Amino acid sequence: MPDLRELYQEVILEHSKAPRNYRELATANHRAEGYNPLCGDHFTVYLDLEGGSIRDISFQGSGCAISKASASLMTQSVKGKTRAEAARLFDQFHKLVTGEWSANGNRAELGKLAVFSGVSQFPVRVKCATLAWHTLHASLQGNQQTVSTE
Amino acid sequence: MTTAAKRLPTESHPPQVRDAGADFDVQKVRRDFPILRQRVRGRALVYLDNAATSQKPQVVIDAIRQYYERDNANIHRGVHFLSEHATEEYEAARRTVQGFLNAADASEIIFVRGATEAINLVAQTYGRTNVHAGDEVLITAMEHHSNIVPWQILCEEKGARLRVAPISDSGELMLEEFERLLGPRTKIVAVTHVSNALGTINPVQRIIETAHRENVPVLVDGAQAVPHLKVDVQALDCDFYVFSGHKVYGPTGIGVLYGKHALLDAMPPYQGGGDMISSVTFEKTIYNKLPYKFEAGTPHVAGAIGLGAAIEYVNGLGMDNIAAYEHGLLAYATEAVSVIPGIRLIGAAKEKAGVLSFLLDSIHPHDIGTIVDQAGIAIRTGHHCAQPVMQRFGIAATARASFALYNTREEVDALVEGIQKVREVFA
Repeated sequence: MPDLRELYQEVILEHSKAPRNYRELATANHRAEGYNPLCGDHFTVYLDLEGGSIRDISFQGSGCAISKASASLMTQSVKGKTRAEAARLFDQFHKLVTGEWSANGNRAELGKLAVFSGVSQFPVRVKCATLAWHTLHASLQGNQQTVSTE
Repeated sequence: MTTAAKRLPTESHPPQVRDAGADFDVQKVRRDFPILRQRVRGRALVYLDNAATSQKPQVVIDAIRQYYERDNANIHRGVHFLSEHATEEYEAARRTVQGFLNAADASEIIFVRGATEAINLVAQTYGRTNVHAGDEVLITAMEHHSNIVPWQILCEEKGARLRVAPISDSGELMLEEFERLLGPRTKIVAVTHVSNALGTINPVQRIIETAHRENVPVLVDGAQAVPHLKVDVQALDCDFYVFSGHKVYGPTGIGVLYGKHALLDAMPPYQGGGDMISSVTFEKTIYNKLPYKFEAGTPHVAGAIGLGAAIEYVNGLGMDNIAAYEHGLLAYATEAVSVIPGIRLIGAAKEKAGVLSFLLDSIHPHDIGTIVDQAGIAIRTGHHCAQPVMQRFGIAATARASFALYNTREEVDALVEGIQKVREVFA
């Protein structure tokens, strides 16, 4: 039986209650919306892109603890990164939450994002954990359409 | 409960003060449902997602298996033994449904895939014939998407207008507003009997009387009503009544459209194909009589037979006994859940059936669902295909426990314990 504490780690609960970078970004030059019709989660991700790098990032919206904490930690993780670095981080994060992370993979690269490893034991919650990331991806692509995880 | 049921009326225990549902032996009923015997995630399954779909008693499973093992043949066509037998079984199921709804005639019972298809059928046949530009279709703010979208499609096509009667903070239809919206342009009223998101029982009798005074026909969505209440379409005088088999202990993929004979007879067919015709030439097709006019193609014969078995099962227990037992259970659950700190119940109508929708502090219902699931408790979380209801209450989602005749007070206690666990995790 998967352990609830594996999913709802302290860091996740703390970020869900007090999300970081939770605001509209005045300097944003990119934005995208993400929507999970299954549970009604809805986020907007704002980006200030400068020469291929994420100078600043923020988000707003509503969702479950997993999706909100994921959005919060994502903004912290990708700030200052290049598009390519952010894309690589998403790829690794996706592998982590879907359980495709190889046993000898280096979790250090993921930093705080490693707290989401428990999600892989709860397959229906993968969409919650990745919603903000899919939205970031769309924002980086300049996609103005709402991203759906369905 | 068993003791109470066996106890004979005496001076100290006159029958009129017995517990509601005291004649109902829930432990015996539970043994009829094989799925309830299993353990999930190491715990006894507590299935409280009955408004989504109900579990099936052994008699339904057996009826379907027996049909495929012994009786399978196409119906209405063959002259051979099996076909004749399958046809008899299928038509017997129709008569069982007729009795269940107290329809005047078996030809008023149309087998469809479910309540959704039944509503689409009425919108696309009755609706397309009778609703024109400038006309109005009147629904309520507590409808399931399946009783909104078919009418939206119709209104868009015809240039008609969808009007929505509002609901109060307790989740009750505001009747005066409904009556105000009902006017000379209203061509049909479509209203749910019981709300899937709130549990509200609508005063459909009064709604129908009011609409009929304006000569407006009424479709009642009974998907959430038939498992919990006795329905009499003649007493209600509704023009259409729809429900899904799988919510009343029958199989998925089978449902019912009841319609008054004169209305159904005047409606054009919904789909063309086999069985719905009486003769076909390339110049002209003569449609079959009711109910076959609306049953194009080989129907879900096994599903209809399974539904018939399900209805016989609930008839055997007695709809009044079921309603009384469930009423007591819902009252118990409402009281038990509402005292949990941080709980907010969504839907506090005076008349309710089957459903307990709630929020816990600012914890997202999806998190509640995941945590109680770890204790083997199945509840629904989300918008319940009733997004306008969520918008009405300014929320994105709720957690919903929905009850069936096999649920117990011990299971309600388990739910309460599960919710306490949610509070611990988020403390």
